[in-house]
Amino acid sequence: MTAALATDNLSKRFGGLIATDRVSLTLERGVRHALIGPNGAGKTTLINLLTGVLSASAGTVTLDGANVTALAPHQRVRRGLARTFQINQYFPGLTPLEAVALAVSERQGHGRRWWRPLGSDRAVIDEAAALLTRFRLGDALDTRTEILPYGKQRLLEIAIALASKPKVLLLDEPAAGVPEEERHEILAILEDLPADVTVLLIEHDMDLVFSFAQRVMVLVNGALFAEGSPVEIARDPRVRAVYLGEEQDG
Amino acid sequence: MTGFATSIGDRARWRWLELVFWLAALACAFLFPSRLLLFNEIAILALFALSLDLILGYAGIVSLGHAAFYGLGAYTAGLLAKHGFGDPLLGLAAAGSVAALVGLATSFLVLRGSDLTKLMVTLGIALMLFELANRLDWLTGGADGLQGVAMGPVLGQFEFDLWGRTAFFYSLSVLFVLFYLARRLVNSPFGLSLRAVKGNALRAQAVGTPNAARLVAIYAVAAGYAGVAGALTAQTTQFVSLEVFDFHRSADVLLVLVIGGAGYLYGGLFGAIVFRFMQDWLAAITPQYWQFWVGLMLVTLVLVGHERLSRGILRAVASATGRFKR
Repeated sequence: MTAALATDNLSKRFGGLIATDRVSLTLERGVRHALIGPNGAGKTTLINLLTGVLSASAGTVTLDGANVTALAPHQRVRRGLARTFQINQYFPGLTPLEAVALAVSERQGHGRRWWRPLGSDRAVIDEAAALLTRFRLGDALDTRTEILPYGKQRLLEIAIALASKPKVLLLDEPAAGVPEEERHEILAILEDLPADVTVLLIEHDMDLVFSFAQRVMVLVNGALFAEGSPVEIARDPRVRAVYLGEEQDG
Repeated sequence: MTGFATSIGDRARWRWLELVFWLAALACAFLFPSRLLLFNEIAILALFALSLDLILGYAGIVSLGHAAFYGLGAYTAGLLAKHGFGDPLLGLAAAGSVAALVGLATSFLVLRGSDLTKLMVTLGIALMLFELANRLDWLTGGADGLQGVAMGPVLGQFEFDLWGRTAFFYSLSVLFVLFYLARRLVNSPFGLSLRAVKGNALRAQAVGTPNAARLVAIYAVAAGYAGVAGALTAQTTQFVSLEVFDFHRSADVLLVLVIGGAGYLYGGLFGAIVFRFMQDWLAAITPQYWQFWVGLMLVTLVLVGHERLSRGILRAVASATGRFKR
């Protein structure tokens, strides 16, 4: 069976700086993965290479067996690769319902339709509303996104990504900046993600990583440094040295 | 789950105040039969501003050269009529198509870079077309303008008259039809995707929206609208001069949209009415210095903010009649 997402010697150079260094990783179908690494390890660059926001200097990205290295971001989304952002990326002036409805209609290939009002497509609206309700945003469907509480915006980030019905979901620090008392909502949503979705979680919070992930990858200086089960990674002395130790030192 | 679509569905629904607006526009023809030529100008300016609103208000594309498409439409319709194809609707279709095609062809230049790049590229294209029309005087009449534009009757029935009666009804009908289409467009999934690209392009591509393709499409549509506005001018005045490509025309239409407010379709229409009457009124009071007041109004609008100004004025009306803007 082919991997959900794989890279082969994926590299990115910015002038003399090697931000991503021959990364070859494999995301197995339906498995929860986590990607960790110290600040400046190149996690965000790697995400941008996977999603196509940046183009690779060398190497390939394979999605569901197909080489997508040359595809634009929106084409990769249509092939089942969705993401959330570390910093909330909402649509100013759009409501949560509109944002999710947009993702649903783009997934269905209806984004080009210009004649019928968006609201006339019951199936799209109902699906979007149901998804938001599941994310406890049911009472904020028509609220302007920019006035939603921060924690709700974080939930909306994930809801919009799931509306694309991804095969592979990249979560870029979904709990970043969320106050302690609201984190359980994010955790509950992560636990509840559809089982057949392959997930790559980029996260700083070690508790979250070790409770969520089945496989953990460690990125250091742009290169894949270690990979294994959470227990293996937690025990790996090299990882402790470069990453976990640093974390403890504060 | 039937209650969910209310807000999204509401946006597409016609409000009674909108119907009042269109009926009032129609009624003007009967109430002020001596001002029909002015009303015709306003309807055309409104269509031109509506065209700019589609790209600026809904897709965030700034332009200082929108007259390029207006001028192309004017010359297309004028030349057709001069060379024996005087049917107005045929002229409109041709003008809209030519302008839309040129919009499509130049969109790849316009849709890259910063706002400043866009302003300069659109300005540059309009300047080039101006001089092209000037140079090709065997075709366009150059600085003398295009003479001998002979229009046939609208729908084979209504001859253009000296008082602008046919002209006004014709322009208002075209404005209404194109406004109706634009209204469908902005409330559709396509329109939603435009607002998403305008608001956050990074996020839009991350939900699968092909940003560039959507912007190209709306740019071509808006160019076509501007072409039709130019064609209406050529047909109803039966004359085309180089002035159709002039910089001040591009600047004026931007001013009209700033006055009326971008991003809710009626802005261009209100703006055209206010701008044209203000122009008339100020020119009557201070024939030489009327632009001073236009400038003052522009500065005030931009600094104080359209929202705050119009909110203050419209608050009483809005609370009594329900929200008009969305």
